[in-house]
Amino acid sequence: MSEEIVLNIENLHVYYGAIHAIKGISVNVPKGKIITLIGANGAGKTTTLSTITGLVKAKSGKIVYNGIDITNKPAHTVNRMGIALVPEGRRIFPELTVYENLMMGAFNRKDKEGIKQDLEWVFELFPRLKERLSQLGGTLSGGEQQMLAISRALMSRPKLLMMDEPSLGLAPILVEEVFEVIKKINEEGTTILLVEQNAFGALNISHYGYVLETGKIVLEGPSQELLNDETVKKAYLGIG
Amino acid sequence: MGISSGSFFLQNLFNAIMLGGLYALIAVGYTMVYGILRLINFAHGDIMMMGVYFAFYAATILSLSSIPAAIVAVLGAAGLGFLIDRIAYKPLRNAPRISALITAIAMSFFLESFAVVVFGAVPKSFLSVFKDRSILNKVLTVGGAKIPLLTFLVIILTAAIFAVLFWIVYRTKIGMAMRAISMDIPTTSLMGINVDMVIGFTFALGSALAAASGIMWAMRYPNVFPYMGFMPGLKAFIAAVVGGIGSIPGAIVGGLVLGAVEIFAVSYFPDLSGYRDAFSFIILIAILLIKPSGILGKKAIEKV
Repeated sequence: MSEEIVLNIENLHVYYGAIHAIKGISVNVPKGKIITLIGANGAGKTTTLSTITGLVKAKSGKIVYNGIDITNKPAHTVNRMGIALVPEGRRIFPELTVYENLMMGAFNRKDKEGIKQDLEWVFELFPRLKERLSQLGGTLSGGEQQMLAISRALMSRPKLLMMDEPSLGLAPILVEEVFEVIKKINEEGTTILLVEQNAFGALNISHYGYVLETGKIVLEGPSQELLNDETVKKAYLGIG
Repeated sequence: MGISSGSFFLQNLFNAIMLGGLYALIAVGYTMVYGILRLINFAHGDIMMMGVYFAFYAATILSLSSIPAAIVAVLGAAGLGFLIDRIAYKPLRNAPRISALITAIAMSFFLESFAVVVFGAVPKSFLSVFKDRSILNKVLTVGGAKIPLLTFLVIILTAAIFAVLFWIVYRTKIGMAMRAISMDIPTTSLMGINVDMVIGFTFALGSALAAASGIMWAMRYPNVFPYMGFMPGLKAFIAAVVGGIGSIPGAIVGGLVLGAVEIFAVSYFPDLSGYRDAFSFIILIAILLIKPSGILGKKAIEKV
């Protein structure tokens, strides 16, 4: 039985000027799953996500979302089709309130009732945000900003949620909390493409993983298998 | 009426608020565009001039009465502002900032030359816009000071326009998007917001305010000519810098400061009236020396 594919990347090439950043990668994101891209700094993980969102243009290759070619579509169009990104470094709007930040996520929605429900949902996931609603985004701590960035993305009720290093720079206890929440969001039905340097955490909650090295996929497989793979253990998990 | 009398002061105070408000209306356009694109739109004063011509022709050729003519002109200027962004600035979004700046200067020259060629270099009298001129000549007496009714109307109208502006910027979704863009353009587009549309809207809004200012200006100083936008544009730019460029409240404060200094300096030191324009530049130099970020400006933080 073949599974329904939400996102399909085929032989993608991306350049920054003369630098060949992504060298022909192919990735499949099946519906309802957590797929992870792991790799070191500079492997091309963020570039891959930026290219999907349309912020960075692809040189060649194809990105297909639910059967529609979205390669090099403008970012706002891609978002309106149901793809949300939790960007690297959170990118909270510092001088908008927490509430306004959340409403930025729901900008194109007209269903007032649905927005209200989703607000309740993110308050359930992150109760701390509720206490901070009228505070400016820039005054939040790093962990709270990450929660806000995830919530903001959820407020668009995405069909595909992409997350760029959500655990980066967080205290260990928060890292665990964030991974738990990602798992929960997925269990409630959202397909997730997760990019992480924290290979152990990412592989632990995901279904399938890709290992990216200097713009190429060097290894892929079910996450449990990658966790036990000798090269992965050595290079990314610090074991062996 | 002596120079030291209270009514003399009052009269000048009203003039200062009126002039300051008119500067502020133009300054807001500079400051909003700067806040979003870090671009000084040097054509902004000329958009004000175009707005006044639109009102003039709406009243004379389309023979509209003065209020519909003003509304048509404000909408026309908004459209013109949107169009200028589309044609001249949008293609340069990712170009070095200096390219857009040079383009803005070129756009300013273009609009002025366009007006000379199409509208003619000979000044026209804005009074022909008014079928009924009696309102222009009414004078009220406040605390012994004689204040033209027009001055009151301009002040009230300016305040009302600012109230609407604040409502748009701080209470509507498009205003929220404008503020978001001024902080982070790529992330705003990730929220599904068409950034170019919002930038176009910002140009339209700023241009509409400049036209409104220009029309009120022309009611007071009823000479319409192709270069009429230059000095007010420059002064409003100074007002924006003095108040803190990028800040809307700053534009208002800057405009009022400039208006007050110009009016009071000239009325209390009539010998210096020839230096009227110089005062603005002196303030500009002073603020750049004392607090370069402007009265309400924040310290510039270079985003990396």
